Order: sequence, then structure tokens, then C-alpha cells
Amino acid sequence: MGVVIDNFDLYLSGFLTSVMICLWGLIGSLILGVIIATFRVSPIPILKWVGSAYVTVVRNTPLTLVLFFFAFGLPELGINTSYYAFGLAALIIYTSAFVCEAVRSGINSVSAGQAEAARSIGLGFGQSLTLVVLPQAMRTVVPPLGSVIIAMFKNSAVLGAFGVGGDLWSTGMDLSSAQGYAPLPVFIGVAVGYLCITIPSGLALQVIERKVAIAR
Amino acid sequence: MKALTTLKPPEHGATVLFDAPGPRARRRTLMFSVIAAVAVLAVIGVAILQLVRSGQFSYAKWGPLIDPTNEYFAHVWARLGDGFLRTLIAAVLAIALSLIIGVAIGVARISAGRITRTPIVAFIELFRGLPVILAIYLVSRLADEFRVGVPLPGDNVLRFDLSVLPGGDLLWVLVIGLTAYNSVIIAEIVRSGVVSLPKGQNEAALALGLTRWQSLRMILLPQAFRVMLPALISQLVVVLKDTSLIAVLGGYIELLKMSRLVIENLANPIQVYVVVAAIFIAVNYALTKFAEYVERTLAARTSG
Amino acid sequence: MHRRIIGSRSAVVGAALMMTLSACGSIGGANVESRVEVVDNPVFDEGTTMARIVEDGRFRVGIKFDQPGFGLMRLEGGFTGFDVEIAQFVAAGLGFEPSDIDYYEAPSQRREEILEYDNVDMVVSTYTINDRRRERISFAGPYYIAGQQLMVNADDERITGPESFTEHPDATVCSVTGSTPSQEIQPYLANVSQLVLFDVYSKCADALRTGQVDSVTTDNVILLGFVAKSDGEFKMAGEQFTEEPYGIGITKGDVAFCEFINEQVQLAYDSGAYTEAWLDTAGSVEGAQTPELPEFDPCT
Repeated sequence: MGVVIDNFDLYLSGFLTSVMICLWGLIGSLILGVIIATFRVSPIPILKWVGSAYVTVVRNTPLTLVLFFFAFGLPELGINTSYYAFGLAALIIYTSAFVCEAVRSGINSVSAGQAEAARSIGLGFGQSLTLVVLPQAMRTVVPPLGSVIIAMFKNSAVLGAFGVGGDLWSTGMDLSSAQGYAPLPVFIGVAVGYLCITIPSGLALQVIERKVAIAR
Repeated sequence: MKALTTLKPPEHGATVLFDAPGPRARRRTLMFSVIAAVAVLAVIGVAILQLVRSGQFSYAKWGPLIDPTNEYFAHVWARLGDGFLRTLIAAVLAIALSLIIGVAIGVARISAGRITRTPIVAFIELFRGLPVILAIYLVSRLADEFRVGVPLPGDNVLRFDLSVLPGGDLLWVLVIGLTAYNSVIIAEIVRSGVVSLPKGQNEAALALGLTRWQSLRMILLPQAFRVMLPALISQLVVVLKDTSLIAVLGGYIELLKMSRLVIENLANPIQVYVVVAAIFIAVNYALTKFAEYVERTLAARTSG
Repeated sequence: MHRRIIGSRSAVVGAALMMTLSACGSIGGANVESRVEVVDNPVFDEGTTMARIVEDGRFRVGIKFDQPGFGLMRLEGGFTGFDVEIAQFVAAGLGFEPSDIDYYEAPSQRREEILEYDNVDMVVSTYTINDRRRERISFAGPYYIAGQQLMVNADDERITGPESFTEHPDATVCSVTGSTPSQEIQPYLANVSQLVLFDVYSKCADALRTGQVDSVTTDNVILLGFVAKSDGEFKMAGEQFTEEPYGIGITKGDVAFCEFINEQVQLAYDSGAYTEAWLDTAGSVEGAQTPELPEFDPCT
């Protein structure tokens, strides 16, 4: 495991790049996911349809396929950008479908009386959603959303393996193939990097879950 | 599912969030619908225009995929069919293996004492926290080490070549990698399945004179399996999707990698990926619906 | 209830296993006639790689799956290319029909690794012989001398050779991570950002087509393959500026196997099968010159 200690700065910068990818991915997929969730619960049939079609298509397609479609398909349409941008876009599209479902299930978990009360005091769809339902839904949304975020961090490894570059995975690839270190210890180091995020956040999530459960 | 039951079925188009619309609201909804429809159509229109402009609807690109008289049609579908079969094989093997190992880990975790439980929980957390693609990659590295020989104490060398298994080493690297991740997921499904059972079940079994192990095996697990079944089917969807991770790493040729090689010959990435996505979506959608059906059937049976 | 579920599940697994036996992990060769005579029950000295391969009954070859002219999966199944032909010459000497070869994908950055870890018996994948690689593996051959060149879009008048990159510091060139061409081009560049690296050349060609990069550099014949496939979209630019002897990668120090491979290639050349194979694969591209078999390096 000397390789990890000798190249700790490389690992650290790869780790930080992975975290950055996930921060952008998080922002993007939260925005997109909430928009799609709003579509799905809205009274407008066509938006409902668009929302559920989006979720059905994206949730049932492998991330790798979304990624390949972006990186190898979109250039055919004259849409060109870096692998980083393609990778991030694929991660956001993929994750947003799961964010949407987490948010939607949260909305559905708010008891009907709450929305009825909101309507009875004269709030419309938008108002009862943003002022009454969503703030309450957020609490139920936190545990599933947390799982989605952790899954996204893990999925970011796919981007690294695909060649987005600079992240934790690419650091391992560079050390083992270009610099000739034995691959197994190098990638055990990479694994530890991912676990540094996923295990603590998984434990934190369990605590939050328990707290939320008590609050109900 | 619990979440859904709190949502009352819509009466006259109303849901929790909005009232059954009156004439004014109906007009407004209609207006918004029209605006939304126009917007959606505009987006689709622009997309189609872009597709047409870049020649994506040309026969050269679609013919090999949809026209049975096309000279490549049979070959392309033979390759994609082969790829799909390989995806299925890997997924079914992985889920079956995960089921066996997952149940074992789950049972071990339930029946272990406080001290022996710690390493099991640590094991579960470790593999749950690992990206699946990394698990697969580590398995391929380990397979390499074992192929050339891992030195053991006392001048012994442990050698094992996965290629002696039916299907070859590339398949088994993927299957074992997927199993490493999914067996701990299934272990958790098993545990939550057992935990979700009423306490009385276990107490009654023990009162009858069954041992803890007998109670688990004869009373708790059979019932837990029933609760778990939908979750297990849903997990198959996850595994099916995850088989394609190997296309990024290289090795086993499954549907996605095969489609990449087909594209190499025909230069029609968009068309092939659309077709491959449709295959994945159809299979996974069917599995999801099946899981929901099983869940409903079982719910009806238990409540009845 | 649960018993029935488990029962049907294991039946599914059984069926899958049966299918697995037919669908191997690696991909077999195409059902084509061997150009050279396939030896019946060849006998080799105990302990040699050849004896082990014959005994195992499988011959594992690492090739490229996506390189026109040298190693490409065919829609009809199996693989085609000059490297595949070379593998078939060696296979014939070991008593293997072309369809009995197990092909594994050998990505550029992992070729030494898959040999060191005994994933394959040999690698024929446009594999340039050099000293750095010789530290980890051995080479048979060379069986062909290629040279590095540039490929650009057909309407590109700016890039006329590697020197153009110093004149136009904004022009980019694409190559594969860890490959020899990616290193050979570097002295010609004004700055490092001109070099774009992907994991396979097909991605470079896609990037060139879409304008993500201005040129692609690698060995001439590989580029000719892309040019031929591009329907006039691409062209070659400038002259060949390196000499790249292509070798057959094998386990380090396997002298007997190296000599055996060289013998098979020589036999194929003498019988005319080598030239035939060339003309049917990489040499079918317009402007490609038919090579003479280079002199083999001594086996070490």
C-alpha cells in the first residue's frame, strides 16, 4: 500500500475532482429532478405524460448507455463538447430521474389533509405545493434523496473509467498503467477514496432517517 | 408503497394537490395544457429538425436495423441478439449467485451475536459503499493475481484460473463483481424482510419449541421471502443495467459493447443506441411491472 | 410458495448455464478457410508454450476489436484484419483452425499487463516493438514495418505534416493514451494542450469527424483504414515520420515460442499467404504498398 502514501497528493486531488463532479451533478440533478417531479404531480396531462415518460426511459436505461449516447451519439448531431461535460450531463440526466421519484414519493407521503387544508384556505396548485406540501415533503424526501446522492457519487466512478480525467479513478489508472505500479494496491487506494465518502454519509443518513422517523 | 396508500385516488381528475376543477380552473388548465403542448411540440420539432439536418433519418443509418431486406439486417440482429443473450446470462448468473450468498449473509447477520455481527456489518457496509464498476475492476485484478498465483505461507502458491468455469473468465469476472455488490444488497433486503415480520411469529415459533435457527428457517424466512420478492425482482433490473458497466472497462462482450462494435462497422451510433435503449427499457419496464404485480398479488393474499 | 419460487429460479440458472457453454466469454474466430495448412496433431517439446497450448486445447490471442484493416469485429461474426491473419498463421502451426482461436480485446494501455497476467498467449494488435515494452514482455517478429502519419479532414489545407503544429499552436491532434504515437508527436507540438488523448482510435476518428480535434496521428495503415471507411471525409497529411516495427507480444523470455512464431510467419510469407492476407485486409486500401517481410529481431 506504499503507493497510496507515496502518491497521497495525487489521490487527494483525484478525490477532490470526484467531489467536484458530484457537486455539479448534485446541483444539476436536483434542479432537473424537482422540475420533472413538478411535471408529474401537475394538473396538466401533457406535462404529467412528459414527466412519467422521462422517468420511465431514464430509469430503465443503464448509465453507461446514457453516457455512450452523449459521448458518441451527440457529436453526430453537431453537439460537441469535452468528455467532462458529456459525462456530467449524462450523470445529471440519469440521476435526475431518481431525484424526481424521491421528491414525488415525498409529496405523496404528505397527508391528504394538509393539501386539503391548504386548498380550503384558497391556495392554488403552485402555492399549496411550494408553501405547504413541499416543505413537509422535504423531510420524507431526505432519506431516499440521500441514497440517490450517495449512489451518484458511486456512479461518478463510471465517468472516471470512461476517461473523463483527473478524478479518483483516472488517478488510479494513471498510476497503474502509465507509471507502472501494481494495479491491485493502486485501486484498493481508489476504493478507500470512494468509501471515505460513501460510508460516513451512509451512516449519517441512517441517523437522519431515525430522527425523521421520530418526528412523525 | 406505503406512501401511495396515503394518496387518495383522484376523483374527477382531482388529486391531493388540487381540487376538482371548476369552469374557470378548467379553462385555465386547458390554456396551460395548450401552452405546454406547444412547448413540448416545439422541443420535439427542434430535435427532429436537428436530426433531419444531420441526416439521422437516412436509410443508410436505419436500414440495417429496421429493414429485413437490408443486406446487414440479419447480421446486425444476430450480433445484437448475441449481445443481449450475453447480458441476460451475466445478469441471471449474478442475481442467482447474489441470492444464495445474500441470503447466507443476511441470515448470518440476523442470527449472529453482538460481537460476531460487527465483521458482517462491516463487510456489508464495505461492499455497499463501493462503486459497482470498481468492484468489477477489483475482481478482474484479483482474478489476474490468482491466475498467475498468490503466494501462501510455506512456499505454497494458490493458483486459480476463472477460465476453467463454463463461459470463460471474462463472464465470471463480471458475474463475481456484480455479485460482490448485489449480495450485500440482498442481505439487507433479507434482513429488513425478516425484521418487518410481526414479533409474534418468532415468539410463537419459539413457544412451540423450535430453536432460533428452526424458527428462522421454517417460519421467518419463508414469510420474509414473500415480502422480499418484489424487491428482488427490482434488483434484477439494477443488475441487468449494471452488466453494461463492463463495456467501459473492457472484457466481456455484452449488449452495449456489442452495439459499440456494430457501430464500428455501420457508423450509426444514434440509431443503434436508440434501439439498444429500447431493448433495455422494454425488458426493465416489464420486470418493474411484474414486480408491482407480484407485490399487489402478495399484498392481497396476506391481507385476505 | 417460497419453495416453488426457488425451484423455478434454479431452473432458470441451469438453462442459463447451458447457454453459457455455447456463448463463450471471449469471442471465437470467423469460419474461414486457413490460408496455410493447419498441422494435424503437432508435437512439441515438453514444457514449451506450444505444448501447453496444444494440451489446453485453446489458443488465446489479444487483438484490437475496432481497428479497420488490422483487427475489427465483422458484422457476420468473427474478426478480420492483418493481425487476425498473422494469428491464424501461428494457430495453423499449433493445429488450430481459424474458427478455434479465442480472441480477447487488447486495449493499447493494457497490452503488457494482459501478457504478464497470462490473460492471453500472445498479442497481435498493431503492437510497436520498443525497449520500454521489452522490459516487461518479449516480441516475436517484426512482421510489418509501419510508420506514423497524420490524418485530417479532407478540406483541411492547414496541416501538412507534424511541423504544422508548431506553426499553428491552436491546431489539435488526437491519439491514444499510453501509445507510442502519442509520445512521438510530442516533440512537434508547441504546447501540451494540442494533444488530445482517448482510449481507442475510433473515438479519435469520431472527434475528427465532428471537429472536436483537427487531426489524428498513429501508424499510417490504421489511418488508411479510417480514410477508406470515411467515404472521402478524411485524407492523409504529409509523409510517414517514424518507423514502427510491429511485433507479436509474448511472455518475457519465451524464446522457443518466439522462434516458433517467427517460423510460422516466415512459412506464410514464403508460401505467398502473407501477401495474399495483406491484400485482403489492410492492403486493400488504395495507396497502400505491399510490404516485404522485415528481418526478424533475435529472440531473447
